[in-house]
Amino acid sequence: MNINIPTPLRSYTGGRETVSIPGATVSAVFRELTVKYPELKQHLFTPEGKLRSFVNVYLNDDDIRYLESKEETAVKDSDELTIIPSIAGGSHL
Amino acid sequence: MLRIHYTEYEALRAHGEGTYPNECCGVLLGKNLASEIKGVSSVNHVQLIVRAGNTRTDSAHNRYNIAPQELVKIQRQARGLGLDIVGFYHSHPDHPAQWSATDFAEAHWLGCSYVITSVEKGKAALTNSFLLSGAGEEDKRFEDQPIQIDIAAPLAEAAAHNPKGQE
Repeated sequence: MNINIPTPLRSYTGGRETVSIPGATVSAVFRELTVKYPELKQHLFTPEGKLRSFVNVYLNDDDIRYLESKEETAVKDSDELTIIPSIAGGSHL
Repeated sequence: MLRIHYTEYEALRAHGEGTYPNECCGVLLGKNLASEIKGVSSVNHVQLIVRAGNTRTDSAHNRYNIAPQELVKIQRQARGLGLDIVGFYHSHPDHPAQWSATDFAEAHWLGCSYVITSVEKGKAALTNSFLLSGAGEEDKRFEDQPIQIDIAAPLAEAAAHNPKGQE
């Protein structure tokens, strides 16, 4: 399946904005992704292996955190994963 | 360096005036290019700004957040145009155009430009850009980033207005 890589992480995928990774579930695809592009791992996951809190992952148009099976959701080759770090801030300290 | 056309620059400042006294926010689409200027490593060349909604309705006067779902759509839009997300903008109503501790803590797009416009009593005042540098969350930092504003119309636009090359 295709995974869309956000601008800041493309330096770890050889400049590719989309990479094609096989796998039966979201977590399997992510495992394979970080095997193929090992430098991505520390940017996506905490040392404990949890997805970093500011990293959003969308399966097509759905946030995987809100899917019933979350990371264990089954995927098809025609599905699309998008990694999108959060954007927030403001003048208040 | 951040390079942006005058019309896009004015549009992002006008967005901040439009949402005053709340913060506005949006995305900068363009390309990251190698710089030919000494001392400038690269240029985030903005070609289009995209307005986004501020989901922080609980504290919109001093906080902003772009819904990830909206970001996914904007990233798709960028891909369709052959552009990348090269930065973001937001406003600081009645507050300096400097990044806050919150801005820094919530900044995760390394290599991207974070543009902040101070809006004083409804009028856009200063606009500054900060480059989020570093190799990761542990050593990230904001660096002051010069802004180059292009005034001249793009060549294609000029040609369209003057198809026969006549004055």
